[in-house]
Amino acid sequence: MDKGLSLRDVSISKGGTPLLSVTHDIGPGEVLTVMGPSGVGKSTLLAFITGTLAPDFRATGEVWLDGHNITRAVPHQRRVGILFQDDLLFPHLSVGANLAFGLQPGGSATERKAKIDEALNEVGLSGFADRDPATLSGGQKARVALMRMLLSEPCGLLLDEPFSRLDAALRAQVRDMVFDRAKARALPVLMVTHDADDAQAADGVIITLGQPA
Amino acid sequence: MNRRRFLPILPALTLLAMLGPVIAGLWGTVMPAFGHLPAAGLTGPSLDPFRDLFDWAGLPRAMLLSISTGLLATSISLAIVMLVTAGWSGTRPFRALERLLSPLLSVPHAAAAFGLAFLIAPSGWLSRLMSPGVTGWDRPPDLLIVQDTWGLTMTAGLIVKEVPFLLLITLAALGQADAQRSVTISQALGYGRLTGWLKTVFPRVYAQIRPPIYVVLAYSMSVVDVAVILGPNTPPSLSVQIVKWMSDPDLAMRLEGAAGALLQLALVIGALVFWRIGEYVIGRLGQRWIASGARGRLDPVVAQLALFAGAASALAVLLGMVVLAIWSFAGFWGFPDAFPDTFTLRNWMRFGPGTLEALGETALIAITVALAALILTIGCLEAEYRFGLSFSQRAVWLLYLPLLIPQTAFLPGLQTLMLNLGADVGRLPVMAAHLVFVLPYVFLSLADPFRAWDTRMGTIAAALRASPNGVLWRVRLPMLLRPILTALAVGLAVSVGQYLATLLIGGGRVATLTTEAVALASGGDRRAIAVYGLMQTGAALVPFALALLLPALVWRNRKGLQHG
Repeated sequence: MDKGLSLRDVSISKGGTPLLSVTHDIGPGEVLTVMGPSGVGKSTLLAFITGTLAPDFRATGEVWLDGHNITRAVPHQRRVGILFQDDLLFPHLSVGANLAFGLQPGGSATERKAKIDEALNEVGLSGFADRDPATLSGGQKARVALMRMLLSEPCGLLLDEPFSRLDAALRAQVRDMVFDRAKARALPVLMVTHDADDAQAADGVIITLGQPA
Repeated sequence: MNRRRFLPILPALTLLAMLGPVIAGLWGTVMPAFGHLPAAGLTGPSLDPFRDLFDWAGLPRAMLLSISTGLLATSISLAIVMLVTAGWSGTRPFRALERLLSPLLSVPHAAAAFGLAFLIAPSGWLSRLMSPGVTGWDRPPDLLIVQDTWGLTMTAGLIVKEVPFLLLITLAALGQADAQRSVTISQALGYGRLTGWLKTVFPRVYAQIRPPIYVVLAYSMSVVDVAVILGPNTPPSLSVQIVKWMSDPDLAMRLEGAAGALLQLALVIGALVFWRIGEYVIGRLGQRWIASGARGRLDPVVAQLALFAGAASALAVLLGMVVLAIWSFAGFWGFPDAFPDTFTLRNWMRFGPGTLEALGETALIAITVALAALILTIGCLEAEYRFGLSFSQRAVWLLYLPLLIPQTAFLPGLQTLMLNLGADVGRLPVMAAHLVFVLPYVFLSLADPFRAWDTRMGTIAAALRASPNGVLWRVRLPMLLRPILTALAVGLAVSVGQYLATLLIGGGRVATLTTEAVALASGGDRRAIAVYGLMQTGAALVPFALALLLPALVWRNRKGLQHG
């Protein structure tokens, strides 16, 4: 059983123009950082892994997660978690309901509520369950988004420029929180960013796109 | 039901619901137009129906009326909207007009026409307000204002309803035109605000709003309810005459009606071609005007005139509703008194029960049709999203097709076809006919907000292991509650306002508020008309109010959903 996220001969092209090719194994708790200026197709790599690649792109190669080939699995059965630069909390649900959306089904209502309270507590947001997400600060939203994703028990984690909207003071704090949680759960992490600090902090292999390899 | 198998066929089903009746109706028009009507024991082909049609003495005037009202109403309302937007967008008077937009749009054509008639008739409210003080009249003057021979009042009735419609679609198009910066640049180059807008923004906006303008032209040429209320009688416009032929107890008259329907279709196609040529000519002239570098010295005058026309058109509808309200409560109201001697509830007690019955029928049809249209629309848009389909520009024209083909060209044919097939007229076929007109509006109203939804929300939800149906029901639809309810309200209003589809396909047996109100036009009982007109307006207006109110209430604790 191969734990981790493997990209095997993944190539993505648009209209016959090759955008990127990646082959890499990301072990549990490891971070692979993909860097490059905007427009080189970093995010399309993530879309390919989540199964939401737009139809005008062509992709070849395979994605394996914890020993399963998920290349052709439907998006909601891939067990790949993702965080974007925007928190993308569902605006119609309370903070608690957002977390409940992520939490795997099962357990009594009390147990589920306890898990949600525990998750909020873990990121210093106790008592926020009934709040409207729109009333939270940027850092608080980012923490809720992280916990929502972790509650869905993903087997891998994708980060799409996840910290670029946060100001400098918050940035390091949220970044450490995300990497710590991922490491604690032994999740393979794939991050795309154009920020050198983020790449440095990830403390893993860095692939730079848009340049001759 | 397994949606995965059901969803892919929804776009095809939608097209069938929208175009099926149109095509069947045109077929049902062509056959009798060439003398083939088995139900009346007639078999064709023959050219007699056309011979009879061209023998009708009123034909030249009826054709002229159709052409003149269509071209005048379309060009005047377009000019008002373009000049008001050019001269005033972003200013306080413009925002006031914008706020009036929803109520103005939801007033049905027939109610607006009655309101206008009650305002400007010789014995109307304006004449009463100015008499005898200004005019010296102590009796209504003997002037043919309403139902004038040239159809000018009918044209005015169309203009006051098309101005808010064109303004709405212009506002939607402006969002994508980057208008403000273009105007700022041209003002910096010394252009007047209005001229700068016309030279830089207008071409982009016009390209976007072209299909709905064609709809306005086709509609204005073949409208029936407004023409019955405000249009001339001897002869009436071609479309009204077609309906008269189609309602004649003598089935043979339907042949002449079908021939007239084909002629009406030809007239509309001809007018559209003429308009297209006009676009080209104006485009060339506009290029010369732009090249001339004229800065627009007359801008302030033109802008003032446009604002006056726009305000007058809005006021005509609003004051029309006020005068309907006054009449509905009026006791004795002699000329030239500005107000009735007494106000009473008697009119409402007398006509109330009748309107309630019609309201029930109206609501049953409108709710069924609007819901069906909403489900089909959401199905199409969701199929487009899930299967990565994209609709081409040509497919967008398909949406407009049922609105571009004059109602009088295919509805009579549909009725005749049903007659030949022995199918029963009644509520269900009426619903199917309403769906033809409701679907495009519901689709056009919901498509943009539905497609503008951030699909990363869907990616996130799927990453949280929500199935495609889960994403739709638990995330996308709740987030889109406001535009969905607005689209539903649009659908309800369109269905409530349907006159010809209800009259012809219902075989006179389906009585909605609109058919009842228009039927009262010839009787001239102002109190009855006022009560029915107000009820009709209410039936269209209340859903819009709810569409605003409900999301605000449901999402009162959700700041993220309170805008837009």
